[in-house]
Amino acid sequence: MGRYVFKRILLALVSIFIICLITFFAMNAIPGGPFNSEKALSAATKAALEARYNLDKPVHIQFILYMRNLLHGDFGVSLKTGREISTTLSSCFKVSARLGLTAAVFAIIFGIILGALAALFRNRWPDRIIVFFTTLFTAMPSFVFATLLLLVFCIELKVLPVFDASSRSYILPVIALMAYPMAYVTRLTKTSMLDALNQDYVRTARAKGVPMVSVIFKHALRNALIPVITYVGPMLAYILTGSLVVENIFTIGGLGQQFVKAISNRDYPLIMATTIFLAVVMVICNLLSDIAYKIVDPRITLD
Amino acid sequence: MENTNGKKPPLLEVRNLHTAFKTDKGEVRAVNGVSYVLEEGHSLGIVGESGSGKSVSAYSIMQILDSNGHITEGQILFKGEDITHYSQKQMQEFRGKHCAMIFQDPMTSLNPVYTVGNQITEAIRIHSDKSKEEAKANAIKMLEMVGINDAERRMKQYPHELSGGMRQRVMIAMALVMEPSILIADEPTTALDVTIQAQILELMLDLQKKLNMAIIIVTHDLGVIAQMSDEIVVMYGGRICERGTAEDIFYNPCHEYTKGLLRSIPSTSNMKKKLVPIAGTPINLLNMPKGCAFCSRCDSAMKICLTQVPDELRIDKTHLASCWMNVKNGTYMKEEA
Repeated sequence: MGRYVFKRILLALVSIFIICLITFFAMNAIPGGPFNSEKALSAATKAALEARYNLDKPVHIQFILYMRNLLHGDFGVSLKTGREISTTLSSCFKVSARLGLTAAVFAIIFGIILGALAALFRNRWPDRIIVFFTTLFTAMPSFVFATLLLLVFCIELKVLPVFDASSRSYILPVIALMAYPMAYVTRLTKTSMLDALNQDYVRTARAKGVPMVSVIFKHALRNALIPVITYVGPMLAYILTGSLVVENIFTIGGLGQQFVKAISNRDYPLIMATTIFLAVVMVICNLLSDIAYKIVDPRITLD
Repeated sequence: MENTNGKKPPLLEVRNLHTAFKTDKGEVRAVNGVSYVLEEGHSLGIVGESGSGKSVSAYSIMQILDSNGHITEGQILFKGEDITHYSQKQMQEFRGKHCAMIFQDPMTSLNPVYTVGNQITEAIRIHSDKSKEEAKANAIKMLEMVGINDAERRMKQYPHELSGGMRQRVMIAMALVMEPSILIADEPTTALDVTIQAQILELMLDLQKKLNMAIIIVTHDLGVIAQMSDEIVVMYGGRICERGTAEDIFYNPCHEYTKGLLRSIPSTSNMKKKLVPIAGTPINLLNMPKGCAFCSRCDSAMKICLTQVPDELRIDKTHLASCWMNVKNGTYMKEEA
């Protein structure tokens, strides 16, 4: 296990390096630069600025310089605000992660429960209701759903604040964010639960007198969760690193919003830092899901 | 209590059992009036082809049919008590404690995500108030009894780490930990290779003697059944067509279906003879014929076979068959004796 994790981390470092490489050259290939704006700067000022941030050097030299700083833990400063990127990143991530983690936990818990219920009540009314809503939530784009929530609960019913600093204002964004993953987890759980309930080992468990509750939760559900885990890993990474749409609609200053702003501003160090951060979170989530996989299913060998 | 002359009721008696499955196409009547008696310590073999209702009749006893299946008629008496009206809870008590079951495919019948030890002790802990340690010791003893060496290590292993024969031994150990009085074996050797088959059958016979339990063995393998059973029941189309001792069935078959079955298996005495398959296909259980179920495939079918189900007639003391040919030829005993 220890060796496996070590190997995975090494591999992850390689892929993060490749991601850096591609992103760095791709963003430099986009026309325009950080100092292009409506108000034209004088040629001298621009040259001075570019020299200060090494932007006057050839791209491959810039890359080498950037990577050297990165190895020393230096993400650089934002070209727009001049603030340390690591502080911006950590404060934004706190917001996104708080929102995302809440949404992910609820999505997983409700998804599994609803999926199991749908499987147990297959083709009866609980199943039909669950199927209706999962289809709805999978099909409806999140900007429609988020706007709808705002309209109903904040404007019409006035039961929730549009946005303030209280934790109540997190309710709607969490719901908007969890709708799709919850629907997906529900569908996955239902399918694999139906499959598990028809397995021979479930019949064996019944034949030895195991009570029905235990047959479902001990024998069937654990097997049914194996495919769900594969989905949960990457889902967690996406949801933790913030959603552009939901953060924008609810005006939450999270990582998703920051990322898009960085790209439109050509804020090169911020683009790089956000990309690397997303990559690292993704790698960690994948590694965790593989380890969870091994814990749930002993047939899987990690090496 | 069922017997008028004060005799102990038989261990298990199945009376006129009917089991059906509701499907989109209609009601599939898988078992249509099956009766048999199983005495303590005896073994009963149920033989028939796929779809003859042999497995379903066994699952009906345990009430572990699929959710669309149910017993529509008849009684199942365990020590004289009808268990078809048992509650969920009573049935859970019955399963595993009084009547255990092993299945065809040991590869898929054990839960892949739990250790062997976990699965065996689970059975013990459900049916007794033994502590974890006692249950573990009990499970190890049982594993040793079914011929698994290094039992303590095996307890910690997962099913995928064991061979097929070993897994079937684990299944047997798991079924027998509560020392049930009945073991139902549904095609216990079908998925195993031949040498392992022999070992498993031998083990079952050995344990039957040791624990004095009754066995119902369901199979399509006539060789297995000859070796294992005190009484053999031949099923076709959800009905019993013939019953008797191995000798009755193999040397004096009195039902056209049994005769056909015996013609279709190779034997060492007539290696040169061509095997004769039974023509046609098994009947459609959705649409049962009015008369004898085997009628459409029978070479000697008569007019009466089409319209009337033959009664079970006594051929001799242990041997019964339901075939109109016996009436035609007069090869049966009058029932006054």
